[in-house]
Amino acid sequence: MPKRNYVLVCGGTGCESSKADQIFRNLKIACTEQGITDEVQVVKTGCFGFCEQGPIVKVLPDETFYVKVTPEDAEEIITEHLVKGRKVSRLEYDTKGSTKNAKVDDIQFYQKQFRIVLRNCGVIDPENIDEYIARDGYAAVEKVLFEMSPDDVIQELKKAQLRGRGGAGFPTWLKWSFTKDVEESEKYVVCNADEGDPGAYMDRSTLEGDPHSILEAMTIAGRTCGASRGYIYIRAEYPLAIKRLKIAMQQAREYGLLGDNILGSDFSFDIEIRLGAGAFVCGEETALLASIEGERGMPRPRPPFPAVKGVWNKPTVINNVETWANIPVIILKGGDWFSKIGTEDSKGTKVFALTGKISNSGLVEVPMGTTLREIIYDIGGGIANGKKFKAVQTGGPSGGVITADYLDTPIDYGTLTSLGSMMGSGGMIIMDEDDCIVDVTKFYLGFSVEESCGKCSPCRIGGRSLYNILDRITKGEGEMADIGKMKDIGLAMKKASLCGLGQTAPNPILSTLNYFEDEYLAHIKDKRCPAGTCKELISFHILADKCIGCTACARKCPTGAITGERRQVHRIDPDLCIKCGVCLETCKFDAVFVR
Amino acid sequence: MISASEHKVDHLMESLKPGHEPDETALFPVIDDIITSYHGQGGALIPVLQTIQNMLGYLPENSLRYVSKAMKIPFSEVTGVVSFYSFFSTQPRGTYLIRVCMGTACYVRGGNEVLEAITRELGIRVGETSDDHQFSLEVGRCFGACGLAPVVMVNDTVHQRVKPSKVRELIAQYQQAAAEKMEAAL
Repeated sequence: MPKRNYVLVCGGTGCESSKADQIFRNLKIACTEQGITDEVQVVKTGCFGFCEQGPIVKVLPDETFYVKVTPEDAEEIITEHLVKGRKVSRLEYDTKGSTKNAKVDDIQFYQKQFRIVLRNCGVIDPENIDEYIARDGYAAVEKVLFEMSPDDVIQELKKAQLRGRGGAGFPTWLKWSFTKDVEESEKYVVCNADEGDPGAYMDRSTLEGDPHSILEAMTIAGRTCGASRGYIYIRAEYPLAIKRLKIAMQQAREYGLLGDNILGSDFSFDIEIRLGAGAFVCGEETALLASIEGERGMPRPRPPFPAVKGVWNKPTVINNVETWANIPVIILKGGDWFSKIGTEDSKGTKVFALTGKISNSGLVEVPMGTTLREIIYDIGGGIANGKKFKAVQTGGPSGGVITADYLDTPIDYGTLTSLGSMMGSGGMIIMDEDDCIVDVTKFYLGFSVEESCGKCSPCRIGGRSLYNILDRITKGEGEMADIGKMKDIGLAMKKASLCGLGQTAPNPILSTLNYFEDEYLAHIKDKRCPAGTCKELISFHILADKCIGCTACARKCPTGAITGERRQVHRIDPDLCIKCGVCLETCKFDAVFVR
Repeated sequence: MISASEHKVDHLMESLKPGHEPDETALFPVIDDIITSYHGQGGALIPVLQTIQNMLGYLPENSLRYVSKAMKIPFSEVTGVVSFYSFFSTQPRGTYLIRVCMGTACYVRGGNEVLEAITRELGIRVGETSDDHQFSLEVGRCFGACGLAPVVMVNDTVHQRVKPSKVRELIAQYQQAAAEKMEAAL
């Protein structure tokens, strides 16, 4: 029986950390108290993507979109909206000054999005297999089992021109056909859910919001390539995704959709979860396979490629979460349908995690070929706090920056690479005028150095050398020769490193040297940090005409460096100041400034 | 995740003494059960170690030596795996494990300043545990809560949009909880 209303509560990690679970329970309690449980169903869904405004509660069918909800608001939503029919206007999302009664379609954040991967996130209860089935779930596996040959499946993927979403963009059909064509009785299917790229969380949200889609896709690959076992390698840092995957696997087994003789066919397939143990390099496919085998996660030279020799030296299809999530849709709607979306070079959609200095952080899924300007300004609402856009970083520690001059570039795999960055897993970190490019680049190198497994020397030694040079530059100890040195080391690493980590680790430097050489020169020649970030090159001061002597900064200062009588102008002792910035953050009168 | 029989685990947990390695007569039977539960699965070393660490909070040396012997894997290989993965710790951790996210989104929104403030407040550096065994400090590589940056995780609780000026309050909240626990125990 369909209900009169559905109340959807976001159950993604972001909203859960803001007490979404308590909101969910309070909503249910309120429904019981009002005696409307027969008419209203409260559902905990996956991530809505609009994390900036969380926790989010959505009411169907009127599509009311409540934001920043607290557990205390739950009762009011039920008694006012669902019993009396009056929306709780103070909680409704305010669409830029217009009327408050916003429907989801009116919200600019969602208008340019096109959801394939995130089709079920924020729509269904991920812990209920029936809801997935009601949205055509497991229909694709049925079609593959009874209506399609393995070659048909490969053909469909070839028509779709789907490319791997983990970063490198390798054609998925080709990967599958390599494994399919090897004569071997034992083969494996692996889902790479070791999402380690800092600033990217689409895989986590997909697993939390729609775990069955991954299980279904892996089963399809198993049937197509002749594998009967699968592994999901997932980060231990994602406890909620792990829990929902386990529930999904259990339900799928009960429904005969996983295990022996799936849907009564002669095909058997099952999946095992393996938890990562905190090593970024395990996102590299050969390192991931070593980790599944219980060893240190060190990459192996390729070839042989995993498609031919993977886990336990057996042919292995390995794809990333986002790639998997596309598969059931391609099977059901066809490769021709899929290939109409996107650009010549890249088909379909891409999920981006929009973070950093952006007004609306969150997860967005857009057709390939959408411009950066549309993503950052139309969907993301522009730069937070009225600051000036400086650059967007894509591709994580393997990528580079893109400046304002290129905001109108339609993004796909090819265009990002030609701009000196890369697609990577889809992290998009927005930087404003307060971010120092040299400092952020040092941050990325620090990451790559720490996560280098140490097996090959170009990465182990080259990365460390690059980091040391950057560190000197940010301390005002750089020399002009450093720029040439960094380019030389970087190029050597790109050519000689064993795996993607070392080959791409210099990219942040090479890319920023290209677009922001001035900023490097300011640090090296003038010993100045234009953004006011690098500690050794800045000092904190108080403006006499703005300070009213409220003593707030002096009370917060951890080293007692700020002195001054009440209602008198304060001053900072440069010898005691540790440049922590607490005074800048505390002052309500903009009296603290950085030089 | 604990696959050993419950009474053996209870016995082990009761026998634990702070500052000492677990008692071997209580520990080894539990490890045996854990290893048996992964019997027949390839690459079981990492899941076995994860299960032990989840139970004890760290991997004491005697547990590693026993795993090596029971699984017939050289001790050097076991410690190689343990030292490679940042999840594993051979040192006991404090009651509250504070992990400051150092993903890019948190970094550009001031994660580093938050880390510095916590370091100052607790007087310990990253990787260390406070003398009273209450707090351990670590950095994390992106918890995937980038929309709420900067983020600090204390055990399983995510604290969002943390500011350096709010750190003192945050720590005090846990110090108070710890003190109350102590009082209740006395």
